[in-house]
Amino acid sequence: MSEAGKAREPLFSAKNMKLLSNPLSKENPITIQVLGICSALAVTVQVKPALVLAIAVVAVIAIANVIASLLRKMIAPRIRIIVQLVIIATLVIIVDQVLKAFVYDVSKQLSVFVGLIITNCIVMGRLEAFGMANPPWKSFLDGVGNGVGYGVILVIVAFFRELFGSGTLMGYQIIPDSVYDFGYENNGLMILPPMALIVVGVIIWVQRHRDKELIDKS
Amino acid sequence: MQDLFSIFVRSIFIDNMIFAYFLGMCSYLAVSKTVKTSMGLGLAVIFVLFITVPVNFLINKYFLAKGALSWLSSGLADVDLSFLSFIMFIAVIAAIVQLVEMIIEKFSPALYSALGIFLPLIAVNCAILGASLFMQERELQTIGESVAFGLGSGIGWLLAIVAIAAIREKIRYSNVPAPLRGLGITFIITGLMGIAFMSFFGITI
Repeated sequence: MSEAGKAREPLFSAKNMKLLSNPLSKENPITIQVLGICSALAVTVQVKPALVLAIAVVAVIAIANVIASLLRKMIAPRIRIIVQLVIIATLVIIVDQVLKAFVYDVSKQLSVFVGLIITNCIVMGRLEAFGMANPPWKSFLDGVGNGVGYGVILVIVAFFRELFGSGTLMGYQIIPDSVYDFGYENNGLMILPPMALIVVGVIIWVQRHRDKELIDKS
Repeated sequence: MQDLFSIFVRSIFIDNMIFAYFLGMCSYLAVSKTVKTSMGLGLAVIFVLFITVPVNFLINKYFLAKGALSWLSSGLADVDLSFLSFIMFIAVIAAIVQLVEMIIEKFSPALYSALGIFLPLIAVNCAILGASLFMQERELQTIGESVAFGLGSGIGWLLAIVAIAAIREKIRYSNVPAPLRGLGITFIITGLMGIAFMSFFGITI
């Protein structure tokens, strides 16, 4: 195997760190690869559930990537999709039970969206594109990188929506009462579902404005 | 009957899969470049939802929910297998999508070639699994309700994807700021459409 030679490579070599850092910006799963939007947007009304879902996704995608990578030589290509689904579904069940045990209220708030990590395209997408073709340690970094890249967008969206929509962050009031006395009102529109899309649209706009390479040519 | 109709209409307009829950966004964004293909995908989604939601409903009712196994023997009355629902639902969906694909190929090659490439994609469409999970969470009572819910959700999804595809076909001729082109503007349009759909909120039938 050609990987045996590469195994000498230090664990945190520049190339490996790229796997971790690229998904945060140039290959962001949400704004560039357009994966995993489904479960992303409905949980971003407040920072707390967004953060919990982000952590859950990081855990699932990193572990699933490692497992898929360890099994990659044993899985026949024909049945790989069902094997991947089983790996992911098992991990998601574990995550769901853990959330129910330790943060029950958040788990209720997330409702079906924990289960929807299974069909979150980003997990399948990374397994298919990376985990099935690379050694475990790289897959782990790739999984963590993509999970965090996904989580960052979730938290940014949730930050704006919670701050302007309810004047709080993580449930604590941020905008002081004196501002309300002057006649400031929370923007009720921000807590409604469609604003999540518009906030993501604006994030994409800002990102592509700063990095012209990413502009859609078609 | 009143109930069924209410569930049906609610799931099309008020609880629209895309505008209220953002389910199935991946294929919604990827396949909505032309009206024709989005119509094909939309029909396939309706079809699969129409089958998987009732099947998952039966599985949930007779196997997974708390006390569901009591029909088997009274000793199993407090077994609660609902933690297995994710893996069961996704397995059922994957199997049914495969089955539907084979059946359509056998009996209606024309429909098969029309839906062909979209059918396998549907197994990982969040809207399908989402509908099953919502069915479980909202505790629908009868199989009729689950059929109405599955069908309604599918039609709502078709409505959304065909509408955005039509808009995207037209927007090609507009002068959108370069960084916003493609993905960005699609998100913002979807948001605006979502706001429009919110006018259905609070309607009771």
